[in-house]
Amino acid sequence: MEPILEVESLSMDFGGLRALNRLDLKINEGEIVALIGPNGSGKTTFFNCITGIYNPTEGNVLISPPGKKRERINGLKPNQVTEKGMARTFQNIRLFPNMTVLENVMIGRHCRISSGVIGSILRSKATVGEEKKAVEDSYGVLEKFGLSGYVNDFAKNLPYGAQRRLEIARAMATEPFLILLDEPAAGMNPQETKDLVQLITRIRDIEGISILLIEHDMRLVMSLSDLIYVMDYGKKIAEGTPDEIRRNPVVIKAYLGEEAHAET
Amino acid sequence: MIKLEELKKSFLVSVWFMFLTFPIMVIRVNPIEKVVEWRWKNILIVGAGSFFFSFLWRYLLLRRETGRKKMEAGEIEKIPLSRRILTEPKMYIPALVCIAVFASVFPFVFSIYQINIMVTAIIYVVLGLGLNIVVGLAGLLDLGYVAFYAVGAYSYGLLNYHFNLGFWAVLPIGALLGVVFGILLGFPVLRLRGDYLAIVTLGFGEIIRLILENWNEFSFGPSGIANIPRPSFFGHQFSLHAATVYIYFLMIALTLLTIFVVNRLQNSRIGRAWIALREDEVACQAMGIDKTKTKLTAFALGATWAGMIGVIFAAKTTFINPASFTFLESAMILSIVVMGGMGSIIGVIIGALVLILLPEYLRAFSDYRMLLFGAILVIMMVFRPQGLISNVRRTYKFEGR
Ligand SMILES: Nc1ncnc2c1ncn2[C@@H]1O[C@H](COP(=O)(O)OP(=O)(O)OP(=O)(O)O)[C@@H](O)[C@H]1O
Ligand SMILES: [Mg+2]
Repeated sequence: MEPILEVESLSMDFGGLRALNRLDLKINEGEIVALIGPNGSGKTTFFNCITGIYNPTEGNVLISPPGKKRERINGLKPNQVTEKGMARTFQNIRLFPNMTVLENVMIGRHCRISSGVIGSILRSKATVGEEKKAVEDSYGVLEKFGLSGYVNDFAKNLPYGAQRRLEIARAMATEPFLILLDEPAAGMNPQETKDLVQLITRIRDIEGISILLIEHDMRLVMSLSDLIYVMDYGKKIAEGTPDEIRRNPVVIKAYLGEEAHAET
Repeated sequence: MIKLEELKKSFLVSVWFMFLTFPIMVIRVNPIEKVVEWRWKNILIVGAGSFFFSFLWRYLLLRRETGRKKMEAGEIEKIPLSRRILTEPKMYIPALVCIAVFASVFPFVFSIYQINIMVTAIIYVVLGLGLNIVVGLAGLLDLGYVAFYAVGAYSYGLLNYHFNLGFWAVLPIGALLGVVFGILLGFPVLRLRGDYLAIVTLGFGEIIRLILENWNEFSFGPSGIANIPRPSFFGHQFSLHAATVYIYFLMIALTLLTIFVVNRLQNSRIGRAWIALREDEVACQAMGIDKTKTKLTAFALGATWAGMIGVIFAAKTTFINPASFTFLESAMILSIVVMGGMGSIIGVIIGALVLILLPEYLRAFSDYRMLLFGAILVIMMVFRPQGLISNVRRTYKFEGR
């Protein structure tokens, strides 16, 4: 079977700085893949390139959504990428602070509903029905993520852990086949991290959505991932299963050094 | 609560003010008698005044600070009166009835002068609501809004002059031209935000005004267009008084329509997209919202109201020239939106009524109007940055689950 996401030799230059250097990556359906690397190694830049926020200098980003044809998506705008079924979260939470929790999730539904200006003003039957369904669907997503107690609260008033979860919920509302999480556990306490691990497993096992995640928390990465890619200075320096990565001397040298000692 | 520290700071401020204003407030050279007058009394007034205001300012800031701390600590959980009036039917239905009765008897009780002032105020209500779509909801700082107002007004003036088109025929044309110009402005500024957007839109407003001022063959230049007919009623022409009343009710109807439309829009798919765009542009796009389309609809819909109101303005004053469409006008409308509360319909209405009616009825202050204006805005920004009435988002109930 074809991988659902295939990145070929992706490069990104910022002026003279090569933030990504001929990077290859593959994700198969149902996999949890982690992307790790020291600070500034280009992980977030990689996300930005494949989600259309940056236009990569070179390379190909190809997707084959389940049941659909394979296509090349670099050069598309972020909203088009999301429409194709790749949704993401951000390293520093980017919710819509002055909208309610429900509305935040409803924004995720935006590209799956279609009412326009005229329909909204006249409140045609189709619009009303669609809106009602969007509210219900969004509420359903909130329930799944344990956020239904906050429906009408402003997003900015949520506790930190809940904000992180809401960001994932919002991305899930766009009906993705692949979800990209940029350091979802950053700033979480051990209990919250544990809940997050469960949540991510559930997204994969119950919703059947593949996951690509950037994370610095090694325990989380090792316990969750099927496959790990390691980057340094914009280059891929290793790929493999958690066990292989743990034992890979290049990785230990570049990145895991101190932590590997700390764990044993 | 009042600390010595605060008193000392206020004292320093007053000394500083006395020093600063010394040359203009104290020394006066009398060139005829060639003497220098020393008006020492003034410095006392300046000193005492600045001490008082500085202290008041500090005191209010302190109070706000403690109030906020209490709120954060969850000590007071009181819903402000304004919020209650807006959300509890027991309170807003009587208020609505009162307003409706007042609005419908107003033109029969008050003089034509008063009606005219009220029509002006309502014109600004609608302009404020239109700009509110662009600035309040979509968060696009537009300083050239008056350009669309001018487009509407001139479309009536010119179409009537050249083709003898009537008010009712031009009204939709004005709205349509508003849309066209809104999109015309929207395209070049798609990539801009914040300050850059403000500067370009400001430039756009000035360009339209300068064209109207200088292209004599097209727009009759600074002398403008006179003798624009007032609106008719199925071909029937009114007397001056009746026409004023007619325009008044027309404006009321248009205001209701605007409120209706804006209210529906802001809780719709497109309205949510505007707010998301305002809140976080990158996240908004990443969640599947087409930025281009969303921005353009905001510009176009905002401009529609300005175009329509422009036509009515031309019909009301029967004379238009570029001087009515200066940057000051844009600033005024923007102040209404900011002061009323970005994104809040009620806030914008109150903002417009306050900012337009107050100077009219405080004629004595008309020289200091701009000064007062600035002061009000600064005070608002410090003490109520969210505007008079902050926007309430729609809430949903999910029971029985
Ligand atoms: N828009 C940009 N313009 C210029 N340089 C950039 C830009 N975005 C990222 N960079 C540079 O690219 C490099 C990679 O940054 P990136 O944010 O992708 O790292 P990261 O792996 O996500 O790091 P972290 O773990 O700290 O999040 C850095 O050197 C950064 O300074
Ligand atoms: Mg990063």
